[in-house]
Amino acid sequence: MLSNANNTAKSILTPFNLITGAIVLVGLVLTLMRFTGGLARVSNLTDYNPWGLWIGLDLLTGVALAAGGFVSSAAVYIFGLKKYHAAVRPAILTAFLGYALVVVALNYDVGIPWRLPYPFIMQQGTTSVLFEVGLCVFLYLTVLFLEFSPAALEWLGMRKLRNLVHRLTVVLTILGVILSTLHQSSLGALFLIAPSKLHPLWYSSYLPVYFFISAIIAGLSMVLFEGAFCHHFFADKLGEAHRQEKDQIALGFGKAASWVLAGYFAIKVFGISADNNWHYLLTGYGLWYLVELLGFVLLPCLLYATGVRGRRLTLIRWTAGWTVLGIIINRLNICIIAFNWHLPASERYFPHWMEIGISVFLLTCGLIVFKFIVSRMPVLYSHPEYKETH
Amino acid sequence: METIYFTLYDYLTHTKGVAYILIVIILIGMLCFWNFLTGKDKDL
Repeated sequence: MLSNANNTAKSILTPFNLITGAIVLVGLVLTLMRFTGGLARVSNLTDYNPWGLWIGLDLLTGVALAAGGFVSSAAVYIFGLKKYHAAVRPAILTAFLGYALVVVALNYDVGIPWRLPYPFIMQQGTTSVLFEVGLCVFLYLTVLFLEFSPAALEWLGMRKLRNLVHRLTVVLTILGVILSTLHQSSLGALFLIAPSKLHPLWYSSYLPVYFFISAIIAGLSMVLFEGAFCHHFFADKLGEAHRQEKDQIALGFGKAASWVLAGYFAIKVFGISADNNWHYLLTGYGLWYLVELLGFVLLPCLLYATGVRGRRLTLIRWTAGWTVLGIIINRLNICIIAFNWHLPASERYFPHWMEIGISVFLLTCGLIVFKFIVSRMPVLYSHPEYKETH
Repeated sequence: METIYFTLYDYLTHTKGVAYILIVIILIGMLCFWNFLTGKDKDL
């Protein structure tokens, strides 16, 4: 009896549980402070800098990195690339959790959570880009919930309902592509209103196009990155099909990412030319822009291509991580670093440690839920009773 | 160094000229890159 209790205590007190437990405790305290003391209590946000880390990282980056859901489901169910089927469920789960966290993070930024549905029922600003983003995120989160629900229903043993939702797969995929195309680009369009605030190298009338194409790159890279993550940490949960298809997925998605990165690099250079911004490249901001463009767009493009040609899977997976980092840097550049670039240093925004703490807390919550779901539901393996229907 | 343009026409002529040159370079570059990317597909 005593031995059983000791074993249970040991199984609970793992390094993962201890670290995440500590982060969650601190995060809950910070959450309480945010919703009782207001934005000023926990953040450095001001009227000059109303969009900080929560928008730049949690929302803009979160949405971009969640693009793996529509990218992989479109590849499999619309373009008929069935050989990548094993990548769909983990990607849909990541996308669903990513979007759910985006909505939660948005509550920290705007406050008064019960007023979140107000844009859809109270106001008349239906021509606003922000309204479109809000509506798309709301609808796409619902679509992702339905897309992921077969896994949960298989786990719960609700066969009839599962089969009903499963029949909607293609419709949901098409809806997902439409909604993603709309709001991924519109997130870039939000910044079109601020030509005098965003540095000319990052500001462009092509911003919506940049955001959409870079979201596809983020989606492809995230599928590879999370695939490597799952194969490392959830190896015991992997089904036979997933083991067999993982190399093919790495090569196929790596090739696609390389090609889209090449196109993205081309239109970014074209954007500099169209606005005649060449002279900015030799300034401090210009050098940082070149780091982003050459180090996080051109370099991964070539690394992916080299990895695919030589079938070097480890290189492809490392490049995926590097590309994900590049997407994070790009979104932070646009939302924070190159925003209000002309203001004196004393007026510039730097996130408060509590803002960073809340972002880490939300990310940790996502990780805990991901672990909970992957450990229980048929995400990394096919449920034996439904193998024939996949 | 920033170039000075005296008329909008000057500016547009210059930027469009550069854009056309870039389009040609990009098109040829993308073709070459596609060949590089898929060059070993037949061997697999």
